[in-house]
Amino acid sequence: MDLKTLCEMNGVSGDEKEIRKAIIEQAKPLCDSVKIDRMGNVIAFKKGKKGTSHILFSAHMDEVGFIIMDATEDGLLVFRPVGGIDPRVCVSKYVVIGEKKVKGVIGAMAIHLQSREDMKRVLPFDNLYIDIGAKSKDEALGECPPGTFAYFDSAYETFGDGFVVSKALDDRVGCYNMLRLMEETYDADVTYAFVVQEEVGCRGAAGAGFAADADTVIVLEGTTAGDMGDANPVQSICNAGKGVVVSFMDGASIANNELYRDMMALAEKENIPHQAKRGATGGNDAGAYQRSAAGKKTCVLSVPCRYIHGPSSVMKMSDMENQFALAQAFARQA
Amino acid sequence: MLLDTLKKVLAVYGPTGKEENVADCVKKMLEGKADSFRTDAMGNLIVEKKGWEDGKTIMFSAHMDHIGLVVTDIEDEGYLRVTSVGGVSVAMSKTRHVVFANGVEGVVVCQPTKGETETLAHLFVDIGAEDKADALTKVQLGDVCVYAPDCFMLGEHRIASPAMDDRCAVALLTELLCEIENPKNTIVGVFSTQEEVGLRGATVAAYSVNPDLGVALDVTGWGDTPEVKLPAVKLGKGAAVKFMDRSMVATPCVRDALMAAAEKAGVPYQREVLPYGGTDGAAIQHSRGGVPAGTLSIPCRYVHSACEVIDMRDMESALSILKTFVNMEF
Repeated sequence: MDLKTLCEMNGVSGDEKEIRKAIIEQAKPLCDSVKIDRMGNVIAFKKGKKGTSHILFSAHMDEVGFIIMDATEDGLLVFRPVGGIDPRVCVSKYVVIGEKKVKGVIGAMAIHLQSREDMKRVLPFDNLYIDIGAKSKDEALGECPPGTFAYFDSAYETFGDGFVVSKALDDRVGCYNMLRLMEETYDADVTYAFVVQEEVGCRGAAGAGFAADADTVIVLEGTTAGDMGDANPVQSICNAGKGVVVSFMDGASIANNELYRDMMALAEKENIPHQAKRGATGGNDAGAYQRSAAGKKTCVLSVPCRYIHGPSSVMKMSDMENQFALAQAFARQA
Repeated sequence: MLLDTLKKVLAVYGPTGKEENVADCVKKMLEGKADSFRTDAMGNLIVEKKGWEDGKTIMFSAHMDHIGLVVTDIEDEGYLRVTSVGGVSVAMSKTRHVVFANGVEGVVVCQPTKGETETLAHLFVDIGAEDKADALTKVQLGDVCVYAPDCFMLGEHRIASPAMDDRCAVALLTELLCEIENPKNTIVGVFSTQEEVGLRGATVAAYSVNPDLGVALDVTGWGDTPEVKLPAVKLGKGAAVKFMDRSMVATPCVRDALMAAAEKAGVPYQREVLPYGGTDGAAIQHSRGGVPAGTLSIPCRYVHSACEVIDMRDMESALSILKTFVNMEF
């Protein structure tokens, strides 16, 4: 399965079944066991040649998106984000809703109708609607009842010098690399956890962590790259094209000191382009793993993604390859 | 001696996430005085002193870490950009002397803000580097600096230092483990990590220790300076038994046992209701299916500054309470 296929699938937090099914299909012939836990995480285990240590790789299957709440009398869908989405990236975007893949557009009051004040403020989700071309509340809710998930409907494209644009790079890129990692058998036992509900608070990983035997966890993520426009270079966090991002700290976890040092040294030794994450904001599943049960050593390897949590996040393919290379080098020496 | 132990642990470098030196220091002091030592994946040092067969297992937690500033980037001119690890306030860190693990020293500076509210993004650390390349020979991204150790007596009983939160409790727990002989209840002393960023170390330690009850040892606020009257605790009036803070309502049986221990030991204590804050006690209390837990506090002025002040009389009171507490029937 290629990255394009993975990215074009839809899976808002809590609704990951399409991706789960595809991952299970691909993982089954490659692993010794593939299980689904109660949260919906896919836990694949591959026995090592020596089995002297046990590491866990994790990536999350879910993406940010929307959920339908209600409809107005004239048939516009009322919705809210699932996961962190800036309302400014939503206006005039195509969405698809539910399994029937109903087409819709996120609308707001046209510029002609906005006051000067309106134009200065960010329209919150209260003022945004999804237009599916329905005539009435009943018709709209008949097609898309409350609780239906909606997704950005944007194409996966390659462009420029090795760049990719897609909606769900965070974190299908991690899922993709994990599926590649499991093609090899390492000395160490490896658990591959494809987890749910990262975007709403690392809920899947919290469960996966409690059940896991491994005491070392490597999280493969997509992370915010701020290397564009007028962003202050010292606040750019990481740069697309400058290699895999290794985090010493973020809002949810502090990397195990030794693991972080080893990872940086390994990248150096293997000549894998890499960068330290230049910031300590954000958070991901490492925080949940680290604090599960009796504790785990964690480290996060990320692919820099610009315009993350929107319909068109952008990454450079070489960074994804470098994430894979470093994760694989780590697995080979574990 | 409580004061000697305190001075020893105050001098050690150990910000949140990099507590190894503190663990080593404590371990050395406890060598030969406990039944077992182990360090877990989060860096917690877990020391056990076995009690009688019919005793319960009590987990005590004192966190080794203290707040610091982590280097997130380096300017071309060689200045370090930083953000906080734990609750560092901009106001308190301005033009402070800081030090890194390798001994590199610096000054925290706040750049002019042009009318904006001062935030951590306005801070930089000047380590006297000529430029970025020079700075990189001294400091790497991810390195953490702390307020430079500076310990002095304030009057007869009081002592000021950065890292008093929570090294005073580290000293207390070390002394308890050193001094207590043949306790009725098994004492598991957890010297915990990463408290300042959300009780992370104690969370996993509580899971693995799986105690019958738990007590966090930590500092609390003060209510005895101009315009600050809550919490209603005063320095020098004894250790404080916590009733509630933002993280926990102390389990009544533990809270009452701490007060009973103080009465029995004949030492002063105070009742503490803290309108903010949280301690490892909450992590213990919320572990697994729930664990009865409380907190014994040392009143501390100017918490999270470079001059955190405690009163040694409160430390002595706390030690007496704990020595009695571990021999009580639960």
